[in-house]
Amino acid sequence: MSAIRIVDLSVTFGALRVLEGISLTVERGEIVAILGPSGCGKSTLLRTIAGLDVHPIGDIAVEGEVGYVFQEPRLFPWLTVERNVRFAARTPDERARVDDVLELTGLDGARSTLPKALSGGMAQRTALARALVRKPSVLLLDEPLAALDALRRMQLQEALAEIIAAVSATAILVTHDIEEALYLADRIVLLHGSPATIALEIVVPPHKHRNRDCNLTAERSALFHALSGDETRQEESA
Amino acid sequence: MRNVLLAWFVPAAILVLWIVAGAVHWFAPDQLAPPGRVIAELGSLWQRGLLQQDILASVARVFSGFAIALALAIVIGTLVGLNGTVERAIDPTLQAIRSVPSLAWVPLLLLWLGIGESAKVTLIAIGAFFPVYVNLVAGIHGVDRKLVEVARILGLHPFGIAVRVVLPAALPSLLVGARIGLTQAWLFLVAAELLASTRGLGFLLTEGQQISRPDEILVAILLLAILGKLCESGMRTIERRSTAWTDGLRS
Repeated sequence: MSAIRIVDLSVTFGALRVLEGISLTVERGEIVAILGPSGCGKSTLLRTIAGLDVHPIGDIAVEGEVGYVFQEPRLFPWLTVERNVRFAARTPDERARVDDVLELTGLDGARSTLPKALSGGMAQRTALARALVRKPSVLLLDEPLAALDALRRMQLQEALAEIIAAVSATAILVTHDIEEALYLADRIVLLHGSPATIALEIVVPPHKHRNRDCNLTAERSALFHALSGDETRQEESA
Repeated sequence: MRNVLLAWFVPAAILVLWIVAGAVHWFAPDQLAPPGRVIAELGSLWQRGLLQQDILASVARVFSGFAIALALAIVIGTLVGLNGTVERAIDPTLQAIRSVPSLAWVPLLLLWLGIGESAKVTLIAIGAFFPVYVNLVAGIHGVDRKLVEVARILGLHPFGIAVRVVLPAALPSLLVGARIGLTQAWLFLVAAELLASTRGLGFLLTEGQQISRPDEILVAILLLAILGKLCESGMRTIERRSTAWTDGLRS
């Protein structure tokens, strides 16, 4: 069975239709990147999958526990790193996992730090650790690295790839960064238009996975043209 | 050290002015007692055990009234802050009650509760309730919706969200309210004791006026200043320790 199955999904806010006729199946262990320009409905799609304030039309089936990481770390400022992570634990098993998760995310040395003293990268690691405590089978990542500088972002992309593999989760990563999508994803889904539909799907060849030296020229240029075609059309109509 | 000296500068200046005012007879001795007389009166009241009783009576009233106000304000403030329907149902009424001047309650409370402790404690509770309530509601309204969303996505039920996210996030506002509320409690204490009491610092004030003893009045004023300041400093310390996580200019 697939980890996530979405069939003919539409989402409307008031009079505005944001998503239309989205069908997407994500297999267990797969990493799918949702790519698209800002404001096209990528986050709405992710929120819909998580069941957050959206009343969709269509079918969504998600297998198992869901972990969600937002663009901002959204840490509780009155709790230390460790307590922020522990916040998500419900059972003795999950509480026992806190230490493992802190180690996995490289936060062992920052346990008792308050969020106000964390760098952007460390804060986002904490947010990821909090999402991992419940051993989610599905990770929903909403532009988790968008607020970081270029170097930090590349480092965290590598860490993220390792962590997702280590917990053997299925992941959907929303991003507007073509390079990030090409580096992390097994498959890239491009959202386009208003209401947004799936305009393009690209499978990244397995032998080119997580290798920055690979030239994915054809894939990159297809994504670039699909994305910029969208913008040209908007500019013409404006 | 410099800060301590700086803080004592104004009291020292007032003391000097006070001594000078007595020495050059700006005021008649039955209007303003010199510092020496006030200290002597304080010692005499203390030795006769009267001052301890007055302080104890006043402090007990302030803290019982304040504790009741704090408990009520936390419960009602949380409900109003979290739930728009509850807010529309009771906040306008509370705001109307808040605008009633403190002394206006006195006749009614005396009529209902007599001149005993409960009328005084009730009046103090009314005074201390509103600053806590108003600040807590504002604090809850200011809680980052994104943090609440994190709790919701983790499947917390509304009570869990209130206790684990909303109240901790609103704690700085609650403590500001509590500090103002405690000051307000002292204010209402004097209002209560001036009108009907046989003990307490407010009683000392009334008695001093009735028997024309400015030294006794000044003893009461001095003690009110000291006790009020101690309470305020205590609340500030609690505030500083429990909100070290905030990322503001003063943290």
